[in-house]
Amino acid sequence: MTSYGDLTAVNIITGFLGSGKTTLLQRLLRSPQLSDVLVLVNEFGEIGLDHHLLQGVAESTLLLENGCLCCAVRGDLQKALREQLSRRTRGEVPHFRRVVIETSGLADPAPIAYTLLSEAVLRHHFRLSGIVTTVDAVNGAAQIGGFPEAAKQVAMADRMVLTKTDLCDGQLVAALRARLRALNVSALILDTSEIGGAPHRLLTDDIYDAEGKFREASHWTAEEIGEHANGPHDHTEAVQSFVVTFDRPLDWTAFGVWASMLLHRHGADVLRLKGLLNVAGVPTPVLINGVQHIVHPPSHLEQWPDADRRSRLIFIVHGLQRGRIERSLAVFNDLVNAPAASPAGSAAHATAKRA
Amino acid sequence: MCALCGVLGGKGHWSDSASATAAFAGRAEPQTRLRERQARTRLLNVVLKHYGVVVSDWSGNAYLLSSRTGRTAIVETISEIWSAAERLGGRICDPLDEGYLAKLADGAGSTQAR
Repeated sequence: MTSYGDLTAVNIITGFLGSGKTTLLQRLLRSPQLSDVLVLVNEFGEIGLDHHLLQGVAESTLLLENGCLCCAVRGDLQKALREQLSRRTRGEVPHFRRVVIETSGLADPAPIAYTLLSEAVLRHHFRLSGIVTTVDAVNGAAQIGGFPEAAKQVAMADRMVLTKTDLCDGQLVAALRARLRALNVSALILDTSEIGGAPHRLLTDDIYDAEGKFREASHWTAEEIGEHANGPHDHTEAVQSFVVTFDRPLDWTAFGVWASMLLHRHGADVLRLKGLLNVAGVPTPVLINGVQHIVHPPSHLEQWPDADRRSRLIFIVHGLQRGRIERSLAVFNDLVNAPAASPAGSAAHATAKRA
Repeated sequence: MCALCGVLGGKGHWSDSASATAAFAGRAEPQTRLRERQARTRLLNVVLKHYGVVVSDWSGNAYLLSSRTGRTAIVETISEIWSAAERLGGRICDPLDEGYLAKLADGAGSTQAR
């Protein structure tokens, strides 16, 4: 049986209008490590990709019965990926090992993720590797404030690439970085000049990549996140991110029941859920990664990244309160593994850090 | 597929340890799929008791939900349980509801799922 990590990885490159998605993609595709990718773009003509497979897609979506906007199957993507999969199987196209989808500037990444993770055929062949969001350093702050699409693209990112930083003041860039960090505490934020000599890692590092998963998980536990979590927070943002830590090991069954119930009721408002969990009875950390209603199969690290053995859950949410999430998980965990003495309630065992 | 009843293998779910065997390979106490489903079913019954819904494992591939009035539903994964429980119980299943959490916490000591 094929493991989840062996499925063809799919990356989403998104970002608001004019934020430099195509320029970044051109740079990435010059990397020899990315010589065997299938590229799906919305429009032809802007990018020279002679040696790459290229297919255009029009962004149409098919809404499912429950009508939730994030649970929409992208019909165009479904058709394009099924067709390319079939052609690859028949040997009609070079064997691509990765797919990169460049979205339009106003696209919502959630239906793409939903399509990959839930479509009857695609979910057995493809997996979502990561979402890269480009942010225009000059106009990014105004776009995030003025357009919900831009804020969501930032909130859902695994990595953010700041573009056009040479065109604006360093203080503005620093302020933008702080705002991006408040919206998305877990994503790696890079200036285009910081991408360095291994640009392919922007796409290849994920929690299922044997080489890159330790680097990826390290972002989730970085000291920077802890410092930010304890710092001042702007409550005016509709989207917020925070880290919840648990001192006691989590029961995997209780966590699964709780998370599925939470995402059923509030999945539309849980933009991302990432976690490095200390699961009771399991010596190594278990990694989870979710996008709205969908959660990937868990992965793991061979060893803990540091001496801290607490579970750390990163939430990027829209309008949900950290305290309630913290208390709710603690109550569910105690249903299976009640403490010997906990008169003040199980929430006393949880330590939350607010972003 | 079950050779006796013709039931196809159920859909996998991320919360099944079997969906990521490598992640749980180092378990001190090995967990079989059946044992995990039994533990999950016990916990689900504690959680859903407050909505008037009872859950049982159905052939190891699905969950059978029953309401107090005898209405039933069969679902394949725990993600599908909550919609069915809301239909049968007539109430929204919300793990962030303070009143619900208080009831759940009050009963935690006496109705532990394990």
